[in-house]
Parts: sequence; C-alpha cells; structure tokens
Amino acid sequence: MPVTVKTFSTFGEAASALSSDRSARYLGGGTLVMRALNEGDVSISTVVRATDTALSRIDVASSRVTIGAGVTFARILAERDLAFLHASARSIGGPAVRNMGTVGGNLFAPNPYGDFTVALLALDATVSVQGGLGAREMPIEEFLQSRERQSGALVLAVSCQRPASADAFRYRKIARIKPKGGSVITLAAHLPVSGGRVSGARIALGSMAATQIRARAAERALEGRPLDDSAISAAAAAAAEGVSPTDNALGSAWYRREIVGVHLRRLLSGLE
Amino acid sequence: MTKTPLQFRHNGRDVAVFVDGGVNLLVALRELIGDMTPKFGCGQGGCGACSVLIDGELHLSCLTLAETVNGRTVETLDGLKDGPNLHPLQRAFMEQFAAQCGYCTPGMLMAAKALLDRNPSPTRAEVIEAISGNICRCTGYEPIINAVLTAATSGRARA
Ligand SMILES: Cc1cc2nc3c(=O)[nH]c(=O)nc-3n(C[C@H](O)[C@H](O)[C@H](O)COP(=O)(O)OP(=O)(O)OC[C@H]3O[C@@H](n4cnc5c(N)ncnc54)[C@H](O)[C@@H]3O)c2cc1C
Ligand code: FES
Ligand code: FES
Repeated sequence: MPVTVKTFSTFGEAASALSSDRSARYLGGGTLVMRALNEGDVSISTVVRATDTALSRIDVASSRVTIGAGVTFARILAERDLAFLHASARSIGGPAVRNMGTVGGNLFAPNPYGDFTVALLALDATVSVQGGLGAREMPIEEFLQSRERQSGALVLAVSCQRPASADAFRYRKIARIKPKGGSVITLAAHLPVSGGRVSGARIALGSMAATQIRARAAERALEGRPLDDSAISAAAAAAAEGVSPTDNALGSAWYRREIVGVHLRRLLSGLE
Repeated sequence: MTKTPLQFRHNGRDVAVFVDGGVNLLVALRELIGDMTPKFGCGQGGCGACSVLIDGELHLSCLTLAETVNGRTVETLDGLKDGPNLHPLQRAFMEQFAAQCGYCTPGMLMAAKALLDRNPSPTRAEVIEAISGNICRCTGYEPIINAVLTAATSGRARA
C-alpha cells in the first residue's frame, strides 16, 4: 500500500508532523522501517523524514560527546575520537547496514537488535527528544522504559561522558553468525576505578529482557571492591538476577540465563 | 495517491522517474529504470543480493526509500564493466568459478567494489568482512573470497 512521504528541512517541522499523526513513522536509515513497509505493515501510512544537518552532527569537543540521531555506524567508525564506541558500532550488521543504520533508530530496534543502545545504557547516556510540547533531555534508562510511548517523539541526539580510560569501558556481543548476526546476548560495562576500587559501575545487557536493561545485582556486587577474582565471581553469579529473556531462533531464554554470567565473567576479566 | 518525481545519476547517466510513496530503490531500479542487475532476494536486508553503491557507499537498495536518492549517484552491477571490457572483479569471478547460480553475484560484486575502491590491497579478513552482509547459498564463500583477492592483485598490476 502506498504511503505518504513527508520530507522536512528542519527537525522541528518533522517533530510536529510526527506528533500529530499516530500512523506516521520517522525514517532514520530505514533498515527497520523499510523492512516493515516491504512486508506490507499497514500500521504505517505516513513516513516522515528530516534532512536537517543538525541531526547528523557529532560533537566531540569536550569530555562529553554528543551524537546526532541520524549519525550512522559507519560514521562512528570513521571518527577517531569515538574509539570507545567502535566495538559496538562494528558489531552491527554487515557493511551496508552500518552505512545505513543510525544511532537514533537503534534506540527503537527490538530484540535481537539494539546493540549500540546497550553501550549507551552502560555509558549512562542522555537522550534529547523533541515532542509535541518541545525539547527535553531524559536519561536513557527512562527513555527505554517508556519506549513504546515515545513513538510520536523525535530523537535529536544522544550524549554521554567519555569513559575515563580505554579499559574502563568494555563491550561484548555474543552472536552465532560471525562477522554479523543478531545478538544472543550483548553486554557492556562501564567500570570507573577510584583508589583501586570500582566506583559507579554500570553494566548493561541486551536481549535479556524486552528492552536493554541494567544488571543491577551484578553492579552492586562490584561496587566499592577491587576488580579481582572474588568480585568478578560475585558479579557473574548475580548476572541473571532480574532478567526476563525470551526464546528466539538464536537462543532459548534458559540458555541466555545460563550463559550471561559466563560472558560477564569474561568481560570483567578482560578475556577475549 | 500522487507520484513523486525522482532524479538521480544511474551508472553515469541522469535518469528521472515518478515513484509511488514508500517505494524502495530496488523496485525503482528494476521496474522503472529497467536495470535488472540488482536482485530481489529477501526484501528484508538479510541477503545482500540487492546491494548497490549510493554516492560510493554500499547500501541495500531494498531498504532504501527511493526518494532518498534524489540528486545522488547510484551505481549497480550494470555500470561495472567499461564498454566491452569486464571489470577485474567480473573477470576474476568468471575465471575462478566464483558464481554458480549467479543470484548473489551482483550484490557480491558491488560489495567487493565498495571494498576495493576504498582499500585496493585488502587482507583476507577484510574481504570476509566486506562481503559479510551478502549471502551465497550455492557457490560457497572460498572461491568468492579468492576471486576478490585476485581482482585486487590484478587491479594493482594494471595501475
Ligand atoms: C540485515 C540486518 C542486520 C542488522 N543487524 C543488526 C545488529 O547486528 N545489531 C543491531 O543493533 N541492529 C541490527 N539491525 C537493525 C538496524 O539496522 C539497526 O538497529 C539500526 O540502528 C536501526 O536504525 P535505522 O536508522 O535504520 O532505523 P529506522 O528503520 O529508520 O527506524 C527504526 C525505528 O526507529 C524510529 N526512529 C529512527 N530514528 C528516529 C529518531 N531520530 N527519532 C525517533 N524515532 C526514530 C523509526 O520511526 C522506527 O520506528 C540489522 C538490520 C538488518 C536489516
Ligand atoms: S533483497 Fe535486499 S537484502 Fe535481500
Ligand atoms: S552463486 Fe548462487 S547464491 Fe551465490
């Protein structure tokens, strides 16, 4: 069924078109929206686009980095200042998907996708959203929890603090098909260390619940302790607490629960 | 439903067509322009048979909203040869039996071209990575990888 395509030159116009029409869907890179249209998804009758260059801006001037929602994974990989995000960008799809898929679209990607969002969740990112009532910033966790209700809002950008050191941020995606493939589990950990002890640990998991989630029990197991074998064992043992994975073709819920601790242990030990 | 005018450069030639809302680039190329070289495999981004270059970058034409290529450059397998002369990639694929049914070949060639344009001396691992979004269900990947590596060597020899 043909849809109406509305292209705007400013994100403000796109945001109001989006918020005033329930059957409108924003088109980022289109890797998921076009898939839905090709399948004949009749819930989409309008596609909204914005050609505004503000959406594809990357700002790495300070210790805080801001990435426009329309930035593709290929662009992240070309940006040396975003090296800490390269492993997660590289883990997405094949080269064509990385040339097309955007950071903004990834925030809405259902399981087994949304890998980049796992990294952003561990980095405590902020999401800038333009809704019908204006722009606001929200913590990524809050954004993800209300994701279903965000469909009428336009994401403008995400921002996060650069990790203190290369070792403080770690990412790992478990996939069956390499070099590309959907996630069995995706893990990211931000482990700032102060005075030899972990302080402010954040661990995020993908494909372990309906949206990306924090592994809070594992975080608590690390907090205030040196990152040694006993702390890592405690975190690994707690990794499956609070998760609610589902079965899909890549793995069963049972399997995911069984292996999440194993992979968290490897991530925290710095093993390949 | 009104149609939208669309103009772009297709294999070095300017083309203009009218598209329905929501039409993807693969349909526009095959049905409106008559370029049958990009193949329809899945329409889901999963097979890579529809791969084309947009402004020199590898894209999946089945997941590209046709309107988004307005004013841009699209290259398909149809534009790969230079007059009667095959591209080194085409020659290597032919000589090394890197195609069986040939369905994946147009997408494989465009993925390989995207790689060689950017990196004329790829490693084996880089070739594997470059074609990782392209599925071949009959030839097997070894001859394809070897053909891309051979084309890279012959391309360098020519240059
Ligand atoms: C073959 C294939 C392999 C893939 N592999 C992976 C993978 O390994 N890992 C992974 O994480 N993903 C993967 N994906 C999924 C997808 O490509 C990515 O998640 C990508 O980041 C989605 O971004 P997009 O811009 O293409 O989204 P789109 O399709 O444009 O949009 C997706 C959703 O997000 C909404 N949206 C997009 N941008 C905005 C915005 N700025 N504001 C508000 N809403 C917005 C859209 O309305 C839509 O609902 C794969 C997809 C395909 C087809
Ligand atoms: S037809 Fe486009 S990826 Fe399969
Ligand atoms: S040659 Fe048949 S799918 Fe590759």
